[in-house]
Amino acid sequence: MTALFALLRRDIQVALRIGGGALIGVLFFLIVVVLMPFAVGPDLALLKKLGPAILWLGALLASLLTLDRLFAADHDDGSLDLLTMSRTPLELVCLTKAIAHWLVAGLPLIVATPILGLLLNLDGDATLAVALTLLAGTPALTFTGMIGAALAVALRRGGLLLAVLVLPLSIPVLIFGVAASNAAVLEPAGFGAPLSILCALSLAGLVIGPLAAAASLRHGLD
Amino acid sequence: MRLTGSQLRCVRGGREIFAGLDFTADAGEALAVVGANGAGKTSLLRLIAGLIAPAGGSVALAGGGDDLSPAEQAHYLGHRDALKSALSVLENLAFWRDALGGENADIGAALAAVGLDHIAQLPAAYLSAGQRRRLSIARLLAVKRPIWLLDEPTASLDAHGQAMLADLMRAHLGGGGVIVAATHLPLGIPARELRIGERA
Repeated sequence: MTALFALLRRDIQVALRIGGGALIGVLFFLIVVVLMPFAVGPDLALLKKLGPAILWLGALLASLLTLDRLFAADHDDGSLDLLTMSRTPLELVCLTKAIAHWLVAGLPLIVATPILGLLLNLDGDATLAVALTLLAGTPALTFTGMIGAALAVALRRGGLLLAVLVLPLSIPVLIFGVAASNAAVLEPAGFGAPLSILCALSLAGLVIGPLAAAASLRHGLD
Repeated sequence: MRLTGSQLRCVRGGREIFAGLDFTADAGEALAVVGANGAGKTSLLRLIAGLIAPAGGSVALAGGGDDLSPAEQAHYLGHRDALKSALSVLENLAFWRDALGGENADIGAALAAVGLDHIAQLPAAYLSAGQRRRLSIARLLAVKRPIWLLDEPTASLDAHGQAMLADLMRAHLGGGGVIVAATHLPLGIPARELRIGERA
């Protein structure tokens, strides 16, 4: 456990210090959402209708943007070799790295959502609902993205491969995330079912992601 | 304790690097892997470290921890030094101590042993190549592992640093450890040569 806590602390420290890139994702999210009202025009009803979809798209793209460095940095400086050799199972190492990534890259997106909801003419309840769906759904994005990040390291290809690999896996998350958010904005009755499915996707990702990432890292050792 | 490799075969990128390689190293013995560039010195070390799967043969450690693989009982000192530039010297070493399971090791003493105790708070980004190498060596001292796999350990070390490394290696061997080092330069300690990449 000491080893995993040390890894969690190190990943968070490295991300938060200068050059760590923890803020890149949330800044990108901010840019996408802030620009959208200017592109769509001052139609408040339309913005309100599009709001949840815009927030979800922004969050999805922001998490894709930061995920490709999840294993690449450790691979480049040799840390991954030592972590592979250590007595801690590689699956738990992957899980810990994913949690650290979600804490520094996923959580800020959720914190920023209430502010950005104002720009999209979402009322308090709707914003809260979108934030809740992001809280339930972004872990699934991180865990599926982790598989792509591990494959990108194993195959020695850059971030573009990650996007191609991960996008199909993130589509269900996007569909149910937007469905749950829209339900909250338009008809509160249908909110529960898609939210439960989002939670299920995150839990499934929690189990499958670390196993698949560790398997592809082992396979790609060189 | 005895580290044995039998009939090792290594294939990289479809090309056979070496085949039928046998070696043994007993407790307190150093093995110097020598050979031309591309002969497979680094590949052999990474193979022992479990970072490359052998195309044939096996590596075994007799008399070590029962349920641990040879890789889990080894330190690997490679070209890439596994240091994070954003963290200080002390934070880097403390992380590897915790991650590799050397719970109560005194990292201050390890830093002093490699002559870095005066810059413990400096971010690793400002270290020279030789200082980075010294910090990597401090990792071997902070966590006890019976096998040391060293890839060009004397690279970028000054004369004083090389003497320091020789002393540390002597102490490790004296404590019953095993060293396998790939090198072009003299290690400064008595070592048995293992030549690879030469067809007899």
